[in-house]
Amino acid sequence: MTALLQVRGLQRRFGGNLAVDGIDFHIDQGELLAMIGPNGAGKSTTFNLLNGQLRADGGTAWLGGRDLIGLRPREIWKQGVGRTFQIAETFASLSVVENVQMALLSAAGRVFDLWRAARDFQREQALGLLRDVGMQGQAERPCSVLAYGDVKRLELAIALANRPRLLLMDEPTAGMASAERHELMVLTRRLVAERGMAVLFTEHSMDVVFAHADRVIVLARGRLIATGRPAEIREHPAVQEAYFGTGLSFEKRRGAPQ
Amino acid sequence: MTPSAVLVQLLNGLASASSLFFVAAGLSLIFGVTRIINFAHGSFYMLGLYLAYSLVDRFSAHIGFWPALLLAGPMLGLLGALVEALLLRRVYHAPELLQLLATFALVLVIKDATLWCWGAEDLLGPRAPGLGGAIDLLGRRFPAYDLLLIALGPVLLGLLTLLLRRTRWGTLVRAATQDREMAGALGVNQAWLFTSVFALGTMLAGLGGALQLPREPASLSLDLSSVGDAFVVVVVGGLGSVPGAFLAALLISEVKALCVALGTLHGFGLALPVSKLTLVAEFLVMAVVLVARPWGLMGKAPSSSRHRALEAPLQPSGPGLRASAVVVFLLLASLPWLSAGAPYVTVLAVDLLVAALFAASLHFIMGPAGLHSFGHAAYFGLGAYGAALLVLKAGWPMEAALVAAPLAAALGAMLLGWFAVRLSGVYLAMLTLAFAQIVWGITFQWDGFTGGSNGLTGVWPAAWLADKQVYFLLTLSAAAGGAWGLRRVLFSPFGYAMRAGRDSALRCEAIGINVLRVQWLAFVIAGGVAGIAGGLFAFSKGSISPDVMGVGRSVDALVMVLLGGVQTLSGPLVGAVVFTWLQDTVARSTDYWRALLGGVILLLVLAFPMGMVGFLRDAVWQLRGRPGGGAR
Amino acid sequence: MLRPLHATAVLLALIALPSAQAQVPIKIGEINSYKVQPAFLEPYRKGMDLAVEEINAAGGVNGRKVQLLTRDDNGNPGDAVRAAEELISNERVDVLMGGFLSNIGLALADFAKQKKFFYLASEPLTDKIVWGSGNRYTFRLRPSTYMQTAMLVPEAAKLKKKRWAVVYPNYEYGQSAVNTFRQLLKAAQPEVEFVAEQAPPLGKLDAGSVVQALADAKPDAIFNVLFGADLAKFVREGNTRGLFQGREVVSLLTGEPEYLDPLKDEAPNGWIVTGYPWYGLQTPEHKAFLTAYQGRYKDYPRVGSVVGYTAIKALAAGMIRAKGAETEKLVAAFSGLELMTPFGRASFRVQDHQSTMGAFVGKTRNDNGRGIMVDYRYLDGARFQPSDEDVSRLRPQ
Repeated sequence: MTALLQVRGLQRRFGGNLAVDGIDFHIDQGELLAMIGPNGAGKSTTFNLLNGQLRADGGTAWLGGRDLIGLRPREIWKQGVGRTFQIAETFASLSVVENVQMALLSAAGRVFDLWRAARDFQREQALGLLRDVGMQGQAERPCSVLAYGDVKRLELAIALANRPRLLLMDEPTAGMASAERHELMVLTRRLVAERGMAVLFTEHSMDVVFAHADRVIVLARGRLIATGRPAEIREHPAVQEAYFGTGLSFEKRRGAPQ
Repeated sequence: MTPSAVLVQLLNGLASASSLFFVAAGLSLIFGVTRIINFAHGSFYMLGLYLAYSLVDRFSAHIGFWPALLLAGPMLGLLGALVEALLLRRVYHAPELLQLLATFALVLVIKDATLWCWGAEDLLGPRAPGLGGAIDLLGRRFPAYDLLLIALGPVLLGLLTLLLRRTRWGTLVRAATQDREMAGALGVNQAWLFTSVFALGTMLAGLGGALQLPREPASLSLDLSSVGDAFVVVVVGGLGSVPGAFLAALLISEVKALCVALGTLHGFGLALPVSKLTLVAEFLVMAVVLVARPWGLMGKAPSSSRHRALEAPLQPSGPGLRASAVVVFLLLASLPWLSAGAPYVTVLAVDLLVAALFAASLHFIMGPAGLHSFGHAAYFGLGAYGAALLVLKAGWPMEAALVAAPLAAALGAMLLGWFAVRLSGVYLAMLTLAFAQIVWGITFQWDGFTGGSNGLTGVWPAAWLADKQVYFLLTLSAAAGGAWGLRRVLFSPFGYAMRAGRDSALRCEAIGINVLRVQWLAFVIAGGVAGIAGGLFAFSKGSISPDVMGVGRSVDALVMVLLGGVQTLSGPLVGAVVFTWLQDTVARSTDYWRALLGGVILLLVLAFPMGMVGFLRDAVWQLRGRPGGGAR
Repeated sequence: MLRPLHATAVLLALIALPSAQAQVPIKIGEINSYKVQPAFLEPYRKGMDLAVEEINAAGGVNGRKVQLLTRDDNGNPGDAVRAAEELISNERVDVLMGGFLSNIGLALADFAKQKKFFYLASEPLTDKIVWGSGNRYTFRLRPSTYMQTAMLVPEAAKLKKKRWAVVYPNYEYGQSAVNTFRQLLKAAQPEVEFVAEQAPPLGKLDAGSVVQALADAKPDAIFNVLFGADLAKFVREGNTRGLFQGREVVSLLTGEPEYLDPLKDEAPNGWIVTGYPWYGLQTPEHKAFLTAYQGRYKDYPRVGSVVGYTAIKALAAGMIRAKGAETEKLVAAFSGLELMTPFGRASFRVQDHQSTMGAFVGKTRNDNGRGIMVDYRYLDGARFQPSDEDVSRLRPQ
């Protein structure tokens, strides 16, 4: 079977510095792939190359029959790629359900409809998405009064609105308490299974990575240094060296580095 | 023109640049730290000049010319500190731009106070002792005082740089300029910092004014002319950047000096009066700089303010509100009969409705789309001129011209909007102002087509509309229709997308919404509706002149929106009606009506920082216990 | 949507019915930019008030008292038209007068034409108000831009200077003054050459650059139309840089106290100007006016004082001739109306409704730190008009 997303030779230069230096990896359907690496490894750059916020200097990222590299964020979204942000981006002055309706309106190509009232547009579908993330009880609340964990879940519902094949999640659990983190990842896992999509996420918390990822890719200094199942990565000498120098392992430094 | 002539003209430019820099540096500091758009900065400049005149007049015999002159600076600084501590401090937490309304009111008050203290006649001060003459320079006589000014600009730049780089206070100012919240987190006594920055900025404005004493008379029009220039300099330089302001002052002054030096260019059988470009030279420079560099010459992309005032979701009108809207409409529609004994009511009501529609159109982009426009009068004016020219030059029937008016305005908005939506915040606002001024300048100069500064007369409605009461009904239908249409758009998917784009452009792009295109269309719609208001205005007055698209009208519209409350949909309508009505009534009741109007606005600002309708809405929510309801 | 409470409160507050009065006075509705042009309009208002007091003390007009109602237009034609509507519909004034800025004067004139209502444009200078935009209902008191420029041209031609530079504020007043000057001077002195032209924005003169650019063109003489703060800057800068040394200057309006007095010790010597030398006029009509004015206000009159005073007196004369204040009768009475002004006899021309009130042309002198006019004479406005054919071509029929 062919991979859902196939990344080849991805490259990006800042000044004379190769921030991302020819990375290859793939994601299969139904998979939760974690991208990790120490600070400055090129995770954020790689992530932003895939979601269109940065332009790549080289490489391809084939999703289905289409190369994502060179597309703008909104075009990448049209290819069926949803995303969440490290600091959740939602619409503060819309209500929770309107946030999701906005995404549904966009998916239906109705953004430039100036006349019909938006309020009742696909309300049921929007509520359904909120139910999927456990937010149906707060549908009518203004987004600006939500707890942060709930904003994250709302963002997930927004990202699901156009039935994405691939979900890009930038540090999905940043800023959350430990229990909330695992809840969110369990939810994500369930959504992946139900909707037959795939997730690529970056993460600082090794707890989360080792507990929830199907596979892990590790970056250091702009290069891919390891790929494998969590258990393999945990024992991988190159990874341990990249993170801690020699002599330490994830067992001895649980939860770190944050 | 000889090279030596050019060289001396460049020196003239340097002297003007120094004068400009004094005002602009203070404004830049104040904006950088407090984010206040300080309209009153020019008033402080004007006061500095008046005060210096009196101080020199009274005390130069005792303490000498220079101490008397320079004393104006600290005195203005003190006034600035008082204004900040007593007034502005109370409105920092109001929604964006409300402080602008407070400073606008200050302009009115200070202007009338100055008139009261110093009288109407221009006051020309004495020449500077020792520097009253001229020196020989390249075969020309160059004023010695201008040499002093040329030196003072860089000296001030140096002193400010030292102050900002080498003192703890300077570090705090720089930190606050870059990130206001972080400075707060560092444990900075924010109140003290703001007061001191405001006092310093005001002192520089006062000094700038005082230093003009040997060059120009103190006059009552200096406030608005200087604040306009200062804003342009600050924005061209990059907000909050003092060296940028210096560079911008140089650039603008030199461009003007060269325009004057070139005089009239002859070529290809045409005479091009370059010197007339001085009418809008600074705005041309600003437009070019902002299109090329969206954050000015030395500015950085601003960190987005994290505590933008929270706005509640829109609630569709319930039966009560809908019923009262119908009642108001019916009441208004029967106004010609209700006020049969007082026909002026209908006359004033036409003006109120035109103002309300104009304010609603500005609110449409300013509130929901979050695009602050300081040049909204351009579209009002394009509508007015479009309609008038179609009647006068193309011989169209009045009705057709009125229908076409919004198209002319929308076309203008389409052109500018394309550039403007690529900017944000104050830069965007100033680009809209630049555009409005350029359109104004063209209208002002193009005698053969637009009637130049005199404008156009004979723009009267068709015979069946000549009666004021019938015209009122037409205006009412258009204004009510326009306001209802704008409201309807706000509840449409597009209206949601406007607010979404304002709340999070990143999220919009990530769900496939083209934010720039949404904002562009919002500009065009708002421009078109402003054009309807402009067309109605033209035919209600019978004549128009370039002031229909002047800065004054743009500022009036801002004031109306802010007065009513930018976060409410009916706020701008109420604000427009209250402001226009106040102006009409107050102007008839006292000679010092500007001060009275300013005082009333100050009181309203202090009492209703969320705007009048915002205040009412919050009060209703309090009563009903609905903290998270909707904006009506 | 409007909140009903607000809307009705606003509207109810507006409904003020005019109260009935026993003896109905003649009401003069006056509209001007009092706050935008205070230096000119404060003396103007004093002049008007003085005239009203004199008329009423003498028993009024046609047995009725005169009442003056003034309105501030905020320097804005739209507000001026609204004020006109208010004065007519609410206050039921009999006539309109006023206007200082040309665009407001033209707006009011067009309003008068549309409403068929009498309007006396007291101050606005624009030629269009009696020519291109002239109409049956509008009369103008003050000598126009054309007339005052035409008064200076013979003096300019006498200088026999070949190279001229012109400097003027960049709006219609400045433009039309300079156009008239060029046209008339060329006619009087065909070899004349215009070597430099500067048109700084009104109120925003970059004096240093403009003065130098004029000097660099090496003109023999300069025609200046700047006034107010621009004039003060221009004169000081020109004095410092020696622009006026060895050059003749012909300058419009500069002899008016409004503009000459603020110059104080910078006041130039030998400029040929139009103006108002109130300190030296010995005619009985001016002496009477000066005594009354100084007695009333402890201040000397400006041109504005004379214009305000004369405008009211002109209205009174017209109403006496018309035996009433109805527009049609007044229009008939004003055509050819003779009246006495502090400057001397004047009349309103039948062909274009312009008054023949003139101005004084003389030279400036710095008299111990104070600018005055010397060698002046009064020029009757009737003599400084285009031919009647030209006027009828300019004026819509």
